[in-house]
Amino acid sequence: MPQIAQIVETYASQIFWLLVTFGLIYFVIGRAMLPRIQATVESRDGKIADDIAAAHKAHAEADETEAAYRARIDAARAAAQKATQEAKAEAARDAEVRVKAADAELAAKIAEADTRIAAAQAEALAGIAEVAAEAAQDIVSKVSGATVSRDEAAGAVAAALANG
Amino acid sequence: MAAEGGKIDPMHQFLIEPLFGRTWEIAGYNIAFTNSALFMVVTLACIWLFMLGGMKRELVPGRWQAAVEGCTGFIANMMHANIGPKGKAFTPYVFSLFMFILVANLVGMLPLGIVPGLHAFTVTSHLTVTGVLAIITFAIVLIVGFGKHGLHFFSLFVPQGTPMLMVPLLFVIELFSFLVRPFSLGLRLFVAMTAGHILLKVLAGFVISGANAGIGTALIVSIPSFVLMIGITLLELLVCAIQAYVFALLASLYLNDAINLH
Repeated sequence: MPQIAQIVETYASQIFWLLVTFGLIYFVIGRAMLPRIQATVESRDGKIADDIAAAHKAHAEADETEAAYRARIDAARAAAQKATQEAKAEAARDAEVRVKAADAELAAKIAEADTRIAAAQAEALAGIAEVAAEAAQDIVSKVSGATVSRDEAAGAVAAALANG
Repeated sequence: MAAEGGKIDPMHQFLIEPLFGRTWEIAGYNIAFTNSALFMVVTLACIWLFMLGGMKRELVPGRWQAAVEGCTGFIANMMHANIGPKGKAFTPYVFSLFMFILVANLVGMLPLGIVPGLHAFTVTSHLTVTGVLAIITFAIVLIVGFGKHGLHFFSLFVPQGTPMLMVPLLFVIELFSFLVRPFSLGLRLFVAMTAGHILLKVLAGFVISGANAGIGTALIVSIPSFVLMIGITLLELLVCAIQAYVFALLASLYLNDAINLH
């Protein structure tokens, strides 16, 4: 086995070159290059973590905005409903008032018309009595030749009218 | 693989040959640039190129960057799961360990033998290499353990809720198991890689010897061996990754003992 047979003659050279090459690997690659590669990995991990945190934050903000929007929409809807109800109530009140005014006006007109009808009726009735009295005077004078006074004729007409 | 006198030597692949700088010395020690050193440098270059593709630092990673980040994230998660936030300081070390072992294992599996004059060499199949990695890991565990907790670190060897009578016995057992750690760590990787490569080379030897012996032997020996080799190669690729993972996992668990005690 050359590893053991040659050990005495070669160990110095082996150890020397191993220390040189392994030393270079340790100092140049292990201590200089490795930390920079690790730093790249770490910065990437950090960036990914930051991005995820930012995304979570944005998500939460979006949720908040949506909640605020919902609340405002609800408030606006409630306000609109209230305004509608108020307008409806007001319109109903208004209509009632106007209907009452119209009713009063109509009642006044009806009352006036009634009085006018009553007056006209009375006038007409008075006219009938007078005409009847005149007619009775004429009829009496033509039938009997007697002359009746106007008052007698009127009294007879009134008695006949009263008897129906 | 070398055919010496018609025989195929499955151990030849582990042979260390100086490529240049045979006379280089530091304090009397020869530090020739060997094929082993070459494959360490190749491993280094592969890891560096791989990591370079992950340095674009884009917010949305491309395929390559995602692959690199997968590797770093794998080790970082393992450290976090086994040690906790304090493990971050040791992530570079465990990551270097994991990548070095993984890439060295995989580079050693490359079929470079197809190209004449090239031989794939598995750095991690050498006890010297795995031993040094294990010793460095164990040294870090000791330094961190004693540096953080002082002599209180010895309480690691007394599990919580141990009856007083049992403390001395358990202390010895736990201490022994603790001291065995660097050996088990280094030997496990060395043995796994060596055994797998020897098995592959032995089977490859069967394929070649059977084919040379004639058509009948080729049918009986070479083809089944070749089919088996495909399976073993896939298994070896799995072992490459598993051994790297096991080494890194155990290093993180041992560091956890040193950092958090219990």
